[in-house]
Amino acid sequence: MAETLQIDPADRFELHPFYMFRWEERQKAYLLMYPEGIVKLNATAAETLKRCDGDRSVTEIIDELKEEVKNGPNPESASQVEKSVCKFLEESNAKGWIRRKKEGLEKNGNR
Amino acid sequence: MVIGKEETEVRLDGQGIPLWLCMEVTYRCPLQCPWCNNPLDYDTYRKHELSTDEWFRVLREGREMGALQIGLTGGEPMMRDDIVEITAEAGRLGYYTNLITGGIGLTKDKLEALKEAGLNQIQLSIQSCDPAITNKLIGADAHDKKMQVARDIKALDFPLSLNVPVCRESIDQTKEILDMCEEVEADYLEYVQIQYYNWALHNRDELLPTKEQVKRSEQLVNEARERLGKKMTIYFVVPDYHDKFPKACMNGWGAIHLTIAPDGTAMPCQEARAIKEIDFPSVRDHDLSWIWHESPAFNLYRGEDWMKEPCRSCDDKEKDVGGCRCQAYLLTGDATNTDPVCYKSPHHHIVEEAITEASRPGRNTLPYVMRSVQSAASMRE
Repeated sequence: MAETLQIDPADRFELHPFYMFRWEERQKAYLLMYPEGIVKLNATAAETLKRCDGDRSVTEIIDELKEEVKNGPNPESASQVEKSVCKFLEESNAKGWIRRKKEGLEKNGNR
Repeated sequence: MVIGKEETEVRLDGQGIPLWLCMEVTYRCPLQCPWCNNPLDYDTYRKHELSTDEWFRVLREGREMGALQIGLTGGEPMMRDDIVEITAEAGRLGYYTNLITGGIGLTKDKLEALKEAGLNQIQLSIQSCDPAITNKLIGADAHDKKMQVARDIKALDFPLSLNVPVCRESIDQTKEILDMCEEVEADYLEYVQIQYYNWALHNRDELLPTKEQVKRSEQLVNEARERLGKKMTIYFVVPDYHDKFPKACMNGWGAIHLTIAPDGTAMPCQEARAIKEIDFPSVRDHDLSWIWHESPAFNLYRGEDWMKEPCRSCDDKEKDVGGCRCQAYLLTGDATNTDPVCYKSPHHHIVEEAITEASRPGRNTLPYVMRSVQSAASMRE
């Protein structure tokens, strides 16, 4: 986990199929569930993960979130979006939560 | 949306919710593992299994309380004809569904039906890399069947979790077992030192590995971890007898975990029925919310008021919650005693003596008492 995997802006990530990601009203939070584990995600993590659908590129995710932050209560923090998103993607890739979508595969396949 | 929080994850602490619901849907099982954590008198509950509708109600009430993970276990859960229906209902309600199985009865057809029903993951038990040893340990000719089930699970794109309980007879094969798990492309491996309750406690002197064996095996697990990284996530379950500190059992009594036995008895863990003095409530008589919040059994060892010395004045009491109540009861006769695994426990010698006995050169090796209706009955005589 120590080696920094550089996030390519053109990369497209998707949720690893072993994981279940959903809103849990009782916890008022997005949760990530996996074999015998549960993680509660903060807003940045949840908003990023929601967009890891294998279609959006990293650039597209960053642009969308920047736009949301600009319209939110702290528009000045938009400059931090790129760093936060990349850090989260690196960490969750290292943990196995997400994986790179392989090019040229399953466009019309199982998704 | 707000940006800026540094941490990306928050661990759930339960907040008074039974996050983990463990449903022992049956005690029936075609295997005879001598470390089984089912009660020694498991055979006496056979005729009282909850019906499909009763399990549906448990599932509903659990979700209403905020339960998130469901473990379908047993006995062998595949012995229930309605296991696919129960799984589908759990998935429909929003649980993350785990099937915990020995693999017998998990045919390709059943696997496909479970996939269809939305099952999230399967944890399959494997005992050895050597068919003869596996078959001896579990009292059935099942090694090859289990390995076939492992491959079938992978073929259907389920995450493959292998649960390997190790004992003195199998622990020296750690390297070969790890290789085998890698070969079948397990995604998760729980490499588990047996915990000594019920059948395992009865067979403890034959099962408990020596300190040296555990050390070697942990070393090999760490090497494999380094080599495999996230390709195969390995959990090494701490052998508490060989530890200085007790485990924070279930994160505390009635903290996040709720077990329902086949007959509807609700307990804070799968072993709690071992504490004979406690009258555990049944889902047949009460709803889950009452059981969790109000029942005397679930409140008995919550918090710290029940603790005696040396726990009461110990700095680690929040960290390890005094260890395991069942282990304290089984080894000392009083569940409010400090878990004897703790080096501070006045009963710690019991654990040390067991380790010494396991390592005694030339000690007689007795046959295991296999889990069976016959041995259960003969123990009652």
